[in-house]
Amino acid sequence: MIAEAGLEALWLAAALALAQLLFAVVAVRSQPEWSDAVRAVAVLQGLLTLFAFLMLIAVFARTDLSVALVAENSHSAKPLIYKLAGAWGNHEGSMLLWVTVLAMSGATLAAFSRRVVERTLIAALGAQGALALGFHAFLLFASNPFARLSPAPAEGRGLNPLLQDPGLAFHPPTLYVGYVGLSVAFSLAVGALLAGDVDQRLARAMRPWALGAWIFLTLGITAGSYWAYYELGWGGWWFWDPVENASLMPWLAATALLHSVGVLAARGALKAWTMMLAMIAFAMSMVGTFLVRSGILTSVHAFAVDPQRGTFILILLTLYTGLAFALFAWRTASLKEGAPFELVSRESGLVINNLLLCVILGIVFFGTLYPLFAEAATGEKLSVGPPYFDSVAGPIALLLAALVGIGPLLSWRRQSAPFARKLAVPSLAAATVLVTTIILAPDMRLLPRFGLAVATALAIASLLPLTGRNFLRVPLATWGMAVAHFGVAVSLAGMASDSAFTRERLVAAKPGDTLQVGPWSIQLHGLAPTAGPNWTAIEAELRASRGRGVEVLKPQTRYFTDPPTETNEAAILTRLNGQLYTVIGKPTGDGSWQVRLWWKPFVTFIWLGGALIALGGVLALAGRAFKGWRPFRRQERYA
Amino acid sequence: MLSVPAIADSNMPPAYWANRQLPDPRQESAATKLMFEIRCLVCQGQSVADSDAELAGDMRHLIRSRIAAGEKPNAIRAWLVERYGNWISYKPPAAPIGWPLWAAPLLLLGAGLLLVRKRISRRRAS
Amino acid sequence: MSRALRFLPLALLGIILAAMVWRLANPGDSVVRSKLAGKAVPAFSLPAAIAGKPALGSALLATGQPRLLNFFASWCVPCIGEAPVLDQLKRRGVAIDGIAIRDRPEDVADFLARNGDPYQRVGSDTDSRVQLALGSSGVPESFVIDGRGIIRYQHVGPIEHDQIPLILAELDKAK
Repeated sequence: MIAEAGLEALWLAAALALAQLLFAVVAVRSQPEWSDAVRAVAVLQGLLTLFAFLMLIAVFARTDLSVALVAENSHSAKPLIYKLAGAWGNHEGSMLLWVTVLAMSGATLAAFSRRVVERTLIAALGAQGALALGFHAFLLFASNPFARLSPAPAEGRGLNPLLQDPGLAFHPPTLYVGYVGLSVAFSLAVGALLAGDVDQRLARAMRPWALGAWIFLTLGITAGSYWAYYELGWGGWWFWDPVENASLMPWLAATALLHSVGVLAARGALKAWTMMLAMIAFAMSMVGTFLVRSGILTSVHAFAVDPQRGTFILILLTLYTGLAFALFAWRTASLKEGAPFELVSRESGLVINNLLLCVILGIVFFGTLYPLFAEAATGEKLSVGPPYFDSVAGPIALLLAALVGIGPLLSWRRQSAPFARKLAVPSLAAATVLVTTIILAPDMRLLPRFGLAVATALAIASLLPLTGRNFLRVPLATWGMAVAHFGVAVSLAGMASDSAFTRERLVAAKPGDTLQVGPWSIQLHGLAPTAGPNWTAIEAELRASRGRGVEVLKPQTRYFTDPPTETNEAAILTRLNGQLYTVIGKPTGDGSWQVRLWWKPFVTFIWLGGALIALGGVLALAGRAFKGWRPFRRQERYA
Repeated sequence: MLSVPAIADSNMPPAYWANRQLPDPRQESAATKLMFEIRCLVCQGQSVADSDAELAGDMRHLIRSRIAAGEKPNAIRAWLVERYGNWISYKPPAAPIGWPLWAAPLLLLGAGLLLVRKRISRRRAS
Repeated sequence: MSRALRFLPLALLGIILAAMVWRLANPGDSVVRSKLAGKAVPAFSLPAAIAGKPALGSALLATGQPRLLNFFASWCVPCIGEAPVLDQLKRRGVAIDGIAIRDRPEDVADFLARNGDPYQRVGSDTDSRVQLALGSSGVPESFVIDGRGIIRYQHVGPIEHDQIPLILAELDKAK
């Protein structure tokens, strides 16, 4: 009953998406009085899709095994949170979440948009409806989450143990709000190009959407990285895996977009770039969805692989991106760009920023797809992984990070006052760090060494726009910029530190042995069996000390039965200056056990930085939202 | 119809150097670096350094034993590529098939700079 | 903005989509094959896997006649299904040598007792060293090696009953 209700709601929503598109076409071309109908339909479509999603949650909560999806991915013994999160821990369910966010974004745009010119808004809603129509069709015809199974099995197959983690509750929904939230930027760009309205007003309307989606993407990627770090048991936090790259690419495009839209909002310039970036960002989201679900690239994170579904998504991707790019080619001819920017100005800084972000995006995209190109052209298989991306994208990202410190110090239009003096302190700090590391750690590789130096310089430089002013009168948006850029420095410091200072010990230890890693002495006190709600485990007791006090860590090797899998549960001790990461492995046969230990100084800065970046975005968003409510607007001067 | 090699687990413990570090830190560091660059044969996209598969353990054992014996990492990589093709190395080859990858960043930067040169100019007179 | 520039995104999109369509139409083969086809078997020397059965070394593979080298293991489930097929091949006159991967002598003996023993010699490769040296990536796999010790053909996975003619043909080509 519940499943059928959900399915019917989806069909209705799909029909409404079609209506939304058709009404919008009519409204824009000839009958503006249909605009209200378009808005109403958009809101209704969103609510119906949301209802369908809630029905899916309901069948998972009740472990309704007559629904095929529940039978394949759930189990009555699972804890409730994983029953619920398991709703999106599979292809069909996550696709329904994707479409729900798409529909609700359109509904929100229709209900709450104030700043957009009416005609552009209706055209954008039409575009949003077209997007929804295609993906609803995908759901209904190729990925029905509500398909029934008859006869219903006695028990479900269970959820992959690697997914039975709070990360599953948080990471996908956050990421999807980010990916799919970018669809509104896409639709606004399409709408604006169709209506001929690419200007500052549009930029101010698009900015909160770009910023909002970007915040969620930042959080989602940060959370995903931390989840992989503590779940997979080898202490790595980024693998340049194709699925990870698929999430990074929209983020890179969205970062470029939110900076570009700022220039468009402030100066009315970079019209074509901003529209193209808005389209690329969501196109990257769709490419990501395609890569992850089609099976054309191998990955640890891949969903159920199905080339037929992949073909469907590819058709949608071709249609939407192709039409959007064709629209761009046709309509940008009539866009008037302003005079060139001064070489030393905020605008130029932002252009260089965008350029470097797009170069990194291009490298990641090319590197991820190159094995495919190479095999198509020569039949030979090759792999492109961390050695490539680290050595190529790394230095460019470092250069970008250095420039991030300089850009906000430049004035709009033309930097007239000498500003090199402001850079003295950050530069000196960077030089000091560089020299210190050369003296104290001569073996450090080049990239982490420069990483630490740049991080130091950026940390100081990012706070400089706040100095010399009354703190209480600094706009919230400027605080946001400073915090976000500071977060980049923090994250960079964490990455460099992890790369340069991590100490690793792999040993076969007998109970009673004491091991050293970094400043820590760790004793393997003993091992004991233990059990949880749907698993059994061998748990080791490790006693760690670095001078004062003893900490107990209990890493486990867990055994699940539904489905039968073995996982490593690392035990992590977090201190202010790093993390102690411990894993227990297999017995070696002579009474000793494999123990893996890492001391990772300042590794938490990586994700702390990510959180700060997102926080900066939130402050910027809040700052602008508040600003918009004031009775009159001042010409923006800073940020 | 099965045409993929079995992925069951054997009864034997891991090979000696699969999960032990070499006593010489420099050698261990070189070995670790190489292990992160060699692809696990039976995994879905992991290096031998962070895979729990038995064959990955044996490959780590192979790499560490050879480094301990004084062999250079590039020689070991070449030996593996000779047997499994370029696919097994995460570092793209220096051979012509890898050139577009190494050229890409320069080309992208160059193309980008060309694109922006019209957007940025220095005013001659103030 | 120049015309070339405005159409560039569309052009790039076309190339990328073409590659993706190609891939969907030609799904990747996830099997990793050895690149040593046509090259000599790398030198190796393995101890005997069980008492009473001769040990195996690379020199013993160049006998003047083609031989089949089979990688197997007692813990390998598809190997059980392959055993009768290997027996069939043995009856047809094929000389088969085996290499047991990561196996204890008692387990190998047990496996051969239960599933039949088509091997003339069995080597014990406890750390997959020879497997890696030949470019094999799992069990079961079989290599056709000609009389001069050159690898001529690699069969990944168990030899199925209907593939016997194929194996015989490869052995014939290697004469």
